[in-house]
Amino acid sequence: MSYAFDFSDLSQYADVLLHGVVVTLGLTGVSTVLGGALGVVGAALVLRGPAWLRWLIAAYIELIRNTPFIVQLFFVFFGLPSLGIQMGEIEAALLAMTVNLAAYAIEIVRAGIESVKHGQYQAALSLGLSGRQAFRYVVLPQALAAVFPALLSQVMIVMLGSAVVSQISVQDLTYAANFIQSRNFRSFECYIAITAIYLVMAILLRRLCNGLGSGLFAGQKR
Amino acid sequence: MISIENVSKWYGQFQVLNACSTAVRKGEVVVVCGPSGSGKSTLIKTVNGLEAFQQGEIRIGGTSVDAPNTDLSKLRSHVGMVFQHFELFPHLSILDNLTLAQLKVLGRNKDEAADKGLRLLERVGLKAHAGKFPIQLSGGQQQRVAIARSLAMDPVAMLFDEPTSALDPEMINEVLDVMVELAQEGMTMMCVTHEMGFAKKVAHRVIFMDHGQIVEDERKDEFFANPKSERARDFLAKILH
Amino acid sequence: MNDFTIWDMAQGLLLSARWTVLLSLIAFVGGGLVGGLLLVLRLSAGAKVQAMIRLYSEIFQGTPLLMQLFLGFFGLPMLGIEVSPWLAASVTLTLYTGAYLVDIWRGCVEAIPRGQWQAAASLGMSHGQQLRLVIWPQAMRIATAPTVGFLVQVVKSTALASIIGFTELTKAGSMLTNAVFQPFIIYSMVAALYFAMCFPLTWYSRVLERKQGLALKR
Repeated sequence: MSYAFDFSDLSQYADVLLHGVVVTLGLTGVSTVLGGALGVVGAALVLRGPAWLRWLIAAYIELIRNTPFIVQLFFVFFGLPSLGIQMGEIEAALLAMTVNLAAYAIEIVRAGIESVKHGQYQAALSLGLSGRQAFRYVVLPQALAAVFPALLSQVMIVMLGSAVVSQISVQDLTYAANFIQSRNFRSFECYIAITAIYLVMAILLRRLCNGLGSGLFAGQKR
Repeated sequence: MISIENVSKWYGQFQVLNACSTAVRKGEVVVVCGPSGSGKSTLIKTVNGLEAFQQGEIRIGGTSVDAPNTDLSKLRSHVGMVFQHFELFPHLSILDNLTLAQLKVLGRNKDEAADKGLRLLERVGLKAHAGKFPIQLSGGQQQRVAIARSLAMDPVAMLFDEPTSALDPEMINEVLDVMVELAQEGMTMMCVTHEMGFAKKVAHRVIFMDHGQIVEDERKDEFFANPKSERARDFLAKILH
Repeated sequence: MNDFTIWDMAQGLLLSARWTVLLSLIAFVGGGLVGGLLLVLRLSAGAKVQAMIRLYSEIFQGTPLLMQLFLGFFGLPMLGIEVSPWLAASVTLTLYTGAYLVDIWRGCVEAIPRGQWQAAASLGMSHGQQLRLVIWPQAMRIATAPTVGFLVQVVKSTALASIIGFTELTKAGSMLTNAVFQPFIIYSMVAALYFAMCFPLTWYSRVLERKQGLALKR
């Protein structure tokens, strides 16, 4: 192998790289908040809602889980406009990521809620808390603590999967990679460097969230 | 204070409560005992509406538990309940366990609630543990916290569902001591328990249940001196040895 | 342009779905071999080899599959290795699948109580015999459900091969859209075809899981 590695001129694209990192993290962050919130609401509805709604949510979850994210993205970005729903590429990416994450989050949170012992709910009721308060203050915090690692893994999957939004010209980290290698023709170094950035982001995010998790759920480790 | 009239309950075909009637007067301590599966836990959980029933009526201070216009949450906030497995909230500190319902249900302010919580913790001898989490306490300590949590709501009556049966033997007395003290202060109490020592010491009446029925409902002295039914005699013989 | 009927489009997509199935099978079989080999190494080899295998699965699980495909397809030629989209997709997906499978299977092996190893050892079995005769048969029973479940992820991940120019279902959908401008219908059909391939696997994995849950309760 006589190939000479040369990472030197990547530094001149620092601003492009930084922009890509910000976009990727931003998309992940926003879809995590929205998808997580939908996950909680959806899980509550799956457990307590009317039958038709439960059926609808179950169908939505199956549809998302059994189709590739890239097809969901193309459907939103290319398919929906023909129904008159126009949106920019950032909005399309956010919508697809949120809808995707929410489907998994509903399943995860639901399992968490079911893992909380029924006695906890009864104890909360017997103190005079309403059903809603018992869910909000007693059941949900324990459920989220129990499934925090699973939710975090799903967020990782969404972040790494978000690389395909570059295909609808969202200027994320992968877009930056393609942009740079089309300029400097050193695709191998470029892709290696960007892959490494993704890896570092994944590792840092995991560290950060684990720290956050053990702070939030102090005293609960069983 | 608590009146139970003709209450029956079925799980599908299986009848768990069969026309149970009794009453607990203000300041009275009633112990409910009986073999496992006799329906005693189910009965006590119908009193604050945690378990539904299909026939009969239960009133607390004149308010019907299962009437459609009853504010069940409000009613429950006046009746303390202590569970077999403590059911402290594991995600909250000990003090937060005591203040949650004071804040959210009674609408007390933070200082007031914390003040009340700390006083009750002191009373059960656990003030030093206020900042800990439930998992850091022993079973006996957790159950004392659970009692304090109920007392923080200023209940008019207390329900105990086998409060000592999940405890290691050496921890039973610390919990019973708190209960005895409560009884001596005149708290209205209904206790499902097998602790006959506790019953002899503070109960006014003893109810014996079997197969979903109230078989005996007697003054304490009479129940222990000459139980009328054979089933109660058998039960006492087994449990007192 | 409007000569294309819905049936024509469906037929085209259906034909291209063959390549999705084929690529999935290659990735799964190849990944299974890689995963199985690495699993044996992880359970038997020294600390250094174990650390390397851990690093391998962490890299493939901690980076976007799309980047891995780019590295395989655009990167390798820079090193003088010419690759077709076919080869790049097959190799990358095999390595990707192997990285996950080794982890899933190791979890299943570790779920077997320590006492089973000890019992086998106390009967005089070698390490290989313990693994092959006692541990593996038990681990395999719990491994089936998550493995079938993971197969769904493999099928879905083949869609990314479209980006490096491999003409499977998703690529066919894009090409067809460019030709007839009916993205809503075409991507709906593409999604439906993926669903038809994935849902039976999801369902089967759930059945296995339930069966196994019952077996454990007994």
